Amino acid sequence: MTDYTPTHVGTVTKYVVVESFEVTPADLAIRGYEISNGAMIKETCFGLVVNGKEEEVDRIVTELRKVDPDHIFVKDRGFPPGDSRRCRANLGGARPGYHGMEYEMTVIPYVSHGLEELKKHDAATVPAPADPLEHPALDVVTLKKLIDAQES
Amino acid sequence: MAKIFIYPATSLILSDLVSRHGHTPLSSAVAIRERIQTAGLESLPLQITPEEPKKGLKWAAVEVPAGVRGRMSLYGPQIEQCEAAIIINDADLAFGCMGCARTNELIKFLLRQKDIPKLDLNYPKNEEEGVQFVAAIKRFLGELKKREDTK
Repeated sequence: MTDYTPTHVGTVTKYVVVESFEVTPADLAIRGYEISNGAMIKETCFGLVVNGKEEEVDRIVTELRKVDPDHIFVKDRGFPPGDSRRCRANLGGARPGYHGMEYEMTVIPYVSHGLEELKKHDAATVPAPADPLEHPALDVVTLKKLIDAQES
Repeated sequence: MAKIFIYPATSLILSDLVSRHGHTPLSSAVAIRERIQTAGLESLPLQITPEEPKKGLKWAAVEVPAGVRGRMSLYGPQIEQCEAAIIINDADLAFGCMGCARTNELIKFLLRQKDIPKLDLNYPKNEEEGVQFVAAIKRFLGELKKREDTK
């Protein structure tokens, strides 16, 4: 085993994913470069990867969100941009973790719609979604009705 | 600002919605970042060293495969420090090898054992469910904020 010397210590990396009809990753990248003060910004097919000091990255992300708040999504990333352990340029094929993001990209339009609608309505007036833990059991009244229906 | 464990721990949607409402999402990226930014012995690609399955013994028994214990060394400390959890139950993207599958089961079990506010959801499948999904998360996180403010 060899010694491991980490790079980019003390920095954070965030994905900025854009799923919009009006904004492209290139638009976001230009806006990012305009406001960046020492952060590393990489444009990708789905958005940006931003790396730098936490306060700087948070500031850039907050500004980028303003471009299209309901269609820009942000999440943390463990590795810095272009890291040879994760970058598909070195590995070939999609980056590990991209498939999860690709799946969620199919759901994101519904979430964006939800964010837009909740600007017009109060969240308290929206009915709760179905409880996934609830297994609809056959209650006694329904069972009795079924038995009666069979007997008659 | 509460620490919210999100399941799947790599979820873009949950991570975004939690941070959008002013809370801190606890995701696998944060745990991996800690490891790849810490000097030590090289252990590609995720810097998961042979020490990790030993640390995982806190959450999984010794007869549990090392793959599960190694993964638990990432998620176990986050489950301990989380103040609430949002769980998506039909997250097919969390599918993986048996190590991932058993770790996912153990994560959900530990979260359900813990006495914290939890929100169980499914991914939305249409626009109406999308509104309900976002509203449920907004209400849940809003109540957490109110609870924190009254403390």
